[in-house]
Parts: sequence; C-alpha cells; structure tokens
Amino acid sequence: MPTLSYDSPPFFRRGPSPFARFVFFGLLSLALLFADGRYGYLENVRLGVAAVLGPLQRAALLPGQAWDVVVTYFASQTRLSAENIQLKQQLLTQGTVVQSARSLVQENGRLRGLLKAHTRYVGNDILAEVLYLGRDPFSQKVFVNKGSTDQVKAGQAVIDDVGVVGQVTRAYPAVSEVTLLTEKDHTIPVKVERNGVRTLLVGAGTGHAPELRFMSANADIQSGDVLVTSGLDGTYPPGLAVAVVAAVERDSGLMFARITCRPLAGVDRSDQVLIVSAPLAGMPARPEETADDDTPKRVVKGRRGR
Amino acid sequence: MALPNINLSPLTATRPEEILRPPKPWFVLLTLLIAMLMNLLPWSGVWLALKPDFLALVLLYWCIQQPQLVGVGTAWVCGLLMDVGQGALFGQHALAYALLGFAAEYFHRRVLRFPLWQQAAHVAVLLVLCMLLVLLVRIAGGAAPADWSNFLGAVSGALLWPLTSIILQWPQRPPPSPGER
Repeated sequence: MPTLSYDSPPFFRRGPSPFARFVFFGLLSLALLFADGRYGYLENVRLGVAAVLGPLQRAALLPGQAWDVVVTYFASQTRLSAENIQLKQQLLTQGTVVQSARSLVQENGRLRGLLKAHTRYVGNDILAEVLYLGRDPFSQKVFVNKGSTDQVKAGQAVIDDVGVVGQVTRAYPAVSEVTLLTEKDHTIPVKVERNGVRTLLVGAGTGHAPELRFMSANADIQSGDVLVTSGLDGTYPPGLAVAVVAAVERDSGLMFARITCRPLAGVDRSDQVLIVSAPLAGMPARPEETADDDTPKRVVKGRRGR
Repeated sequence: MALPNINLSPLTATRPEEILRPPKPWFVLLTLLIAMLMNLLPWSGVWLALKPDFLALVLLYWCIQQPQLVGVGTAWVCGLLMDVGQGALFGQHALAYALLGFAAEYFHRRVLRFPLWQQAAHVAVLLVLCMLLVLLVRIAGGAAPADWSNFLGAVSGALLWPLTSIILQWPQRPPPSPGER
C-alpha cells in the first residue's frame, strides 16, 4: 500500500535492523519466561501491570453487564411473578432447614468443646462471582470479582454449592485468579467417603478427567465412590465433596490402577463461588524428618496449584 | 521502470491512483487499545474457540503498513499486557507478538503487492506461526498439548483481515479530489 511517508531510504535509516530487534526482544521474553515460570520472581511486576490493565478489563465487562440489565428490564411480568412464587416456596422450605442447622451448629460446638476437639473452622467466607474464563486454552483458570482488597489470599480454596471448584492462585487488588481442579497436575488430598482411604486427586488438563494416582491395583475403590477433601494439606477444609469415581481400570501389567473421576462441582459452569480458608494456624508444625528415617519421601508435585 | 510506491494498489483496486495519508499516532494507539479491549471481552463457548486474536491482527496491520511507527518493540509491549490480562506465563505472548512484528516487517513490501484475500492467506500463516510458538512455550512449561480446534482462531482472524484493513485505513483516505466529481 503506497503511503505518503517521510522516512529516509533504508540506506540512511537509523537504529538496529528488525532482525536484531527481534533477537533482542526474543531473548528478553525468554528471560522473563524463565524468571516467571521457574523462579516466580515477577509477581510484583505482574501486579503493577495488572493495575494499569485493570480499567481496561473492567471496561471489557461493561457490554455484558449492560446486556444483562437490558434483558432483566424486559423480562416478562408473568415470568417474574412465577419466579417470585417459586422463590417464596423455596424460602419456606429452606427456612426450616436453616433454623435446624443453626441449632445443630450450636449443639455441635458444645459437643466438640466437650470432646476438646479442634473447633472446626467457621467461615470467614467470601462470596465471589466468576467474571471471565482465562483465554489461555491450555490452562484451566477463571477470574472472580474479589481480590486482595477483600482479604482474598493466594492459596485459599474455592467451592460452589456442590463441592470444590479449585484454588486461588493469584490475588490481584480487585480480581483474583482461580485455578480449577481440572488443571494439569493440580493436586487435592482426598479420601474416599465410604471407607476413608486417603489418596490424591490429580488434574489432567483441558479435556481430560482428573484421576487418582499411585493407587495400588488392589486398592478398595469402586466406581461411584464419592471423594471428599481430607484436609491433610491445610489448604482445603476437610469434608468438602470433590469428585465421584467414574471408572476403575485394573491392569495386572501395571503397578497402579487407573482411576478416573468426575468433578462434582460445576467446575466449568458455576457463576457464584465461595472462597474459604482452612484453619492452617491451628495445625501443629510438621516434625522434622530425621536422616535415618527409612520411610521413602513422597514428593507431591504441583500441590499448591502452580 | 515505475517507482514501487506508485504501483498497483491492492487494497483499493477500484481506485489505483489513491495514495493514503500517514496515520496519526493517536489513532494507531486507539486501535491497539480497542483491539486489546476486544481480546479481554468475556468470551465463552463456541465464540471463545472461534475468537480471533484481535490484537495480533491490528498489530500485524500496523507493522505491515507503518513499519517505521509500529514494530517489534510495540508488539512486545502489547504481548506483555496480554500475558497479564490472561494470567499466562510472563513473556509467552510477548515472544509470539515480537515474532509477528518481525515477520511483518520482513514481509511488508511483498505482502502489500497482493490483493486482500491473498494477504489474508499470508496472515493466516503468520497467526498459526504465532500460535505454534505459544503452544511450544506452553508444552516446554509442562502443559498438555492442545487439540486442533484452538487453531480456528487463526482461520477466523485471516477471514477478518480484509475487514480489518478496510476499517483501519478509512481515516487515512484522502478526500475525493475535485476532478473526480
């Protein structure tokens, strides 16, 4: 396309050639990749850039919100009144449940006090809404509308009304990044609800079902078993439903059984989520392992998300 | 031999005598911002799979049209912003966009000789290259390889190329000369 440009011919052009600039910026990117991926040095830089990008991100959400407002405004009267009646009925039925739950919580607290057990963590829970999915097709992440100004911290667990969704991996001022339990190598310590067998649920990445790894071929696990968090890592509160075992393949040629699971929570569809934290402070520190300890060390990869 | 600058204009095949005016820097910046905004829109489902990388498209256009104004450096900075916007590893889009900027600068004299739909083919190749680079970085970082549907974005991007070019060059068109009408 011819344009009226005023630049000098290439003979006189100053500055390094495009190739030299590409090599320079390419090496700079590789250095950044290493510094970020391998050592995690750049979280502060990321926060700074995120502050610049924040208004733009919020502006990007405006069209969708405006659309919602318009749709709600024009929703038909009959549908709204039907919904109103239905909601009132729901409120009535659930009111009794809520009241009995309150008395149960008090009773439970008294009993636990009697037993001198640790008091279970009672919520400093934060209700958050999913803003958008990560654009990156290779990683399973969503962004929610609560951030470090709302006391969200990296490492907190994220649940919906059915079960565990994932874990907060980065808290920006106004939003935070949640890594879903389907993310590759994202690990949750779980136990089988039926018999209490402890194991690890490991995500397998986009489009693959999470699986239980390193379970011996004769482990007592059947398809249909419900897995709940064991709370052993201090990240997830114990007793939250996580997944149900979908298939168990036992191959005598392999050392471990291949067990695939289906997450219970609407990992890829829930809109409202709850950010909860586990009572990490209440846990005594892990004892130092002595040198002559002959139990093999287990290395859990990707335990804290990424 | 004719000067290369007054050769057949492929974008405006109907009016080959037309010569575009240089764009205003604020216009370039505005278009880049808008493209970034479109990338950050909350896409989902089928649309997410089909969504072209608008920022890559606009960057490519300016790198081809105005290599002295927008080049590898600008592309790299835009890539960094995209990395933060998507919570990706720092530098993967920056690397891909820098490659895009370099390729565009390298090819810009040749690409502009072609009509729009042939330019779109070039653009498709460049976008796929860009995606492959991101994929490579991801796999090196331990991610699972993606399936073919992720490359739909490159196809839709190439299909949008003619429209992008026409929209972006609109303000640079000279006013109709008095002799014409």
